[in-house]
Amino acid sequence: MSKREHSKESRKTFRVLIILSAIIVVAAIGSIYFLQPETTLVEVEPKTNDADAIVNGVHVGTGFIDAPGMQETINNCTNCHSAQLVIQNRMNADRWKATIRWMQETQNLWDLGPNEDVIINYLVKNYPPSSKGRREGLTNIVWYELKD
Amino acid sequence: MKRRFFIEKATLASMSTVLGAELVFGAKMPEGYTPLALQDPNPFELFSLDNRMSVLNNKPWNIEAKAHLLNDKVTPNKYMFIRNNGIIPEKIDVTSWTLTIDGESVKKQKTYTLAELKSKFKQHTYQLTLECGGNGRSEFDPPAKGNQWTIGAVSCANWTGVRLRDVLEDAGIKSDAVYVGYHAADVHLSRNPQKEPISRGAPMAKALQDETLLAFQMNGEDIPVAHGYPLRLVAGGWPASVSGKWIKRISIRNKEHDGAKMGGSSYRVPCKPVAAGEKVAEEDMCIIESMPVKSLITYPMSGAILKKGKPLSINGHAWAGELEVSKMEYSIDFGATWKNCSLEKPVNRLAWQHFAAVIDFPKEGYYEVWARATDTNGKAQPMLVPGWNPKGYLNNACHRIAVKVV
Repeated sequence: MSKREHSKESRKTFRVLIILSAIIVVAAIGSIYFLQPETTLVEVEPKTNDADAIVNGVHVGTGFIDAPGMQETINNCTNCHSAQLVIQNRMNADRWKATIRWMQETQNLWDLGPNEDVIINYLVKNYPPSSKGRREGLTNIVWYELKD
Repeated sequence: MKRRFFIEKATLASMSTVLGAELVFGAKMPEGYTPLALQDPNPFELFSLDNRMSVLNNKPWNIEAKAHLLNDKVTPNKYMFIRNNGIIPEKIDVTSWTLTIDGESVKKQKTYTLAELKSKFKQHTYQLTLECGGNGRSEFDPPAKGNQWTIGAVSCANWTGVRLRDVLEDAGIKSDAVYVGYHAADVHLSRNPQKEPISRGAPMAKALQDETLLAFQMNGEDIPVAHGYPLRLVAGGWPASVSGKWIKRISIRNKEHDGAKMGGSSYRVPCKPVAAGEKVAEEDMCIIESMPVKSLITYPMSGAILKKGKPLSINGHAWAGELEVSKMEYSIDFGATWKNCSLEKPVNRLAWQHFAAVIDFPKEGYYEVWARATDTNGKAQPMLVPGWNPKGYLNNACHRIAVKVV
């Protein structure tokens, strides 16, 4: 066998080897794919962690009730403190106004301009004070059997 | 909402306390890197709290306990309420941390490193009751302004530190001294560096008490960051806002301290009683000093159902600001009759006291167990919410739990 023939032979062998290994690789990938347990489709909850979404009438990012004045309240009242602090409080218009003045005097709150009335109206309407009297009864009691 | 905590290497141990786990390879953490847990504003992980604690506000952080979580004689960190007026300091370097004593009435302004404070002065440990002035605010009618605390803004932990008196005397107190005021490293909510979130204090008499500490340990460990690491003023029995956290400076004043939240309606109540909802002029508001007598039933949790004929053991804590609790009673008939509880003496002045009783119920049905403490001046807790005030402080109405006998 001449040198040229020899190299031709080896090239042929290489080609066969390459094709063979390619087939093996494809078969291996295929077997991994086909022998896998059947893929089941899982239902994904609609994305609710979008902070600006409204779910059941409530703004996801802040917990504020979605109503006229909410956006003004978010824009002006949640830069320094959380919306939770606003929502916890129940005041009439006068006391909200006094609270805004206090924040302007001591907490760096800016002049709210025409938004002041919009915000106060939103808060008074959506978070009105309820009368509690001198002492409320116990509510939301979670009953459990006491073991000793 | 991005919360950045840049804490120096020196405070890794303390950061581990915040995380509730050791920071493996903490020393190799790249500078400026914030561990994932500190980026995540999950307060239970962030502050190592039990997840039954109630978060009232996440900016600033305000978190309270529930009565049954406070059953331990010494409150562990995981059940300790957190009350913040500003943003927790983002950079705490203990190696360079100093405390300065200054003010009109200091003889010589002095600055101490933490190491100097610890080595120069004798250390003391006391169990001290800290209650937020606004604990119970949620019950006022008309509603009072602020975080709506129910009953869980109270704790009694072991605090270790040096006496404020020893440090003040080392710097020298002029005869005209009236008040001390603290200045701290926390950040105003508006992030305006000119503003302090809170800068309160106490009259000299309180500042000079044995139990008034500059503390660096809580329950035998570094104070958790949320509770004032590395240095906290602790003045038991007074509104917890007197116990300033992250203390950098204490001014000896020749007048009532005039820092943030000393004036207006902050930590003040009407000097004379007012009708609910009445407007009160600023000059008619007086600073709260000692907290009033109060108690909590910490066992069992409200809602217990027990079999007829079975006695019920209850226990809890009682405290009375500057005073002691002299009598503890319970009622199962809405105050028609009262029976005595056993009551322990405090382990030291200003520590809460423990009470217990065994109750027999006469027949099946719905009951409420009401608890009432009386202080050494003969003042007892009211069953109704006491005098209304604009900010809803000092609600010491009796605590009660629901019980069903079947």
